[in-house]
Amino acid sequence: MDNGVLIQMTDICKVYKMGVVEVPALCGVSLEIRRGELMAIMGPSGSGKSTLMNIIGCLDQPTSGQYALEGVDVSRLSDDQLAAIRNKKIGFVFQNFNLLRRTSALQNVELPLTYAGVSGAERRRRAVAALEAVGLGHRLDHRPSELSGGEQQRVAIARALVNEPSIILADEPTGNLDTKSGREIVGIFQRLNLERGITVVFVTHDPEIARHTRRIVRLLDGKIVGDEPVADMRLAVEAAGGAE
Amino acid sequence: MNITESIKIALRSLSANKLRAALTMLGIIIGVAAVITLLSVGQGVQVMVQEQIQSIGSNLLFVVPGNLSAQSSGNLRSTMATSTANSLTYGDAKAIADPGRVPDVQAVAVESFMNTTVVYRDRSIRTSVSGTTVNYPEVRNHKVAEGTFFSEEDFNGGSRVAVLGKSAADALFPDGYAVGQTIKIKGISFRVIGVFASKGGTGFGGVDDSVFVPLTTFHTKLTQRRSASGDYVVSAVYAQAVSESRMEAAMQQIAQVLRDRHNIVYESDDDFTIINQKDILNIFGQITSILTIFLGAIAAISLLVGGIGIMNIMLVSVTERTREIGLRKAVGARRRDVLWQFLIEAMVLSLAGGFIGIVLGAVGSQLVGRLSGSLTPVITASTILLATGFSAAVGLFFGIYPASRAAALNPIDALRYE
Repeated sequence: MDNGVLIQMTDICKVYKMGVVEVPALCGVSLEIRRGELMAIMGPSGSGKSTLMNIIGCLDQPTSGQYALEGVDVSRLSDDQLAAIRNKKIGFVFQNFNLLRRTSALQNVELPLTYAGVSGAERRRRAVAALEAVGLGHRLDHRPSELSGGEQQRVAIARALVNEPSIILADEPTGNLDTKSGREIVGIFQRLNLERGITVVFVTHDPEIARHTRRIVRLLDGKIVGDEPVADMRLAVEAAGGAE
Repeated sequence: MNITESIKIALRSLSANKLRAALTMLGIIIGVAAVITLLSVGQGVQVMVQEQIQSIGSNLLFVVPGNLSAQSSGNLRSTMATSTANSLTYGDAKAIADPGRVPDVQAVAVESFMNTTVVYRDRSIRTSVSGTTVNYPEVRNHKVAEGTFFSEEDFNGGSRVAVLGKSAADALFPDGYAVGQTIKIKGISFRVIGVFASKGGTGFGGVDDSVFVPLTTFHTKLTQRRSASGDYVVSAVYAQAVSESRMEAAMQQIAQVLRDRHNIVYESDDDFTIINQKDILNIFGQITSILTIFLGAIAAISLLVGGIGIMNIMLVSVTERTREIGLRKAVGARRRDVLWQFLIEAMVLSLAGGFIGIVLGAVGSQLVGRLSGSLTPVITASTILLATGFSAAVGLFFGIYPASRAAALNPIDALRYE
């Protein structure tokens, strides 16, 4: 069954217990994400957007509500089952890159494949392809410390990409980058989305990034307060060209 | 994820911090090297003691005057009385040698000792002089290196001939050429007709230091000590059993003969003691194996300390790499993948340390062997297996806690860890 719905969240709540006090981080969130979307989840800090991303990314589980990923209910799975789903269906890109130090770009990208049980030549081939897709085919053996911030983030995108996930979650991916590299990174996401139809969700408070997507979901105090399409999506590649 | 992959990851993260890995391993290296060295030296001592006891002859029973077991029971007065008694005679020895009465003994040698001064020209040594029988070299497994031992004729005729232990010969004749010379024992001239080969070590009774003369000569020329019946009083009788399995029987037969000859009535204590060579072996075997265990235990403590070092560094490493663990979990590492990763790191540390320790321990024990001279350390496969197994167990035991802490980390918190 494939009706184009990738993620179907219904009435998701997440409550954190701080001692005896229960702090609701998300409350009654319902969200549908379709295959091939390029969207942003926005909101000020404390709005619950990180919690939502953790739940979408299967790093965390909702206290109540249903979450179906590709038609499979994942809201009640065990830790190891969640790990397998993260490995196969989800790619993460973090603000601070989270690359392994003292480890080459290629080995960083191979990491999800090792946990997927892909070995040897196949693993290398796919990792090289992913690095080439983000324009780092010439930097395979460089370590993170030998790469610029933008290049490091591209390695992280290649790592997110390598297992051909259903969705890539990017948490403030440009937060640690200068404007120019940030624009390049957004451009890569746009290209991957346009050319390969990969679903990309940005989690950000930066309206500049949001303007480069087709849909913006706004969160405030754990509730969705807005969900609208972006009428004129900017293309980061054009913007980069225009700035120079 | 398979095991070779995990080992690769472990090696990579260990090589990222080489000095720390090396220092951590050092604890295990020292521990294992100490275990190997001390155990092998302990086993070397065991073998050496065994060889020395074996070298005094095979299947030997020692018969000495006096009741040694009464001595150990604390009855000092009676022991002193009996041990100085002239209770063992040449006649006793001849009775033990009678195959009709003692069928399980095939050869009997006799020895009488005295401490006296032996002189050659201007040299003199104070040493033990033994009067003994012709079959002494054979029974006591003692080879004559130069010349010959005295013959039946020398014995029957009471000839003034002497055979020197190796050290005695070296002391009196530093230039060699002892055979044919004349030495003086208690002022009486003896012709040296042979020199024994060295027994090595300190030995039993210091045979290398002794001077041997015929028993007959000893009791006519050197001492007048006789029993009431005029028989030669001897210090020890060596009875060689026909086989190892017949030693117990031979002991009983000898005891019966001696009790008869000494008129010891039923339930009275013996006035002699029979010592089984096997008993001596067992006693020394026990002592040396206790020594070996003791040495091993001391070494094991240092191995334990090394293991605590591993645990310490692994805990630090888990804390330091919290973000890495978070990331690995985010990209699909399961609990057991993370557990294995850290466990294998601990195991690699301890096993690599173990192998280096085995090599160092082998070198160390050879060094001890060289320095001590007479000792040959014995490294057995079981020692190496023990050390390897022990270091693997240390890695496993001290690695499991840090590894399970890493595996239990929540990926969200771990990713956010600063």
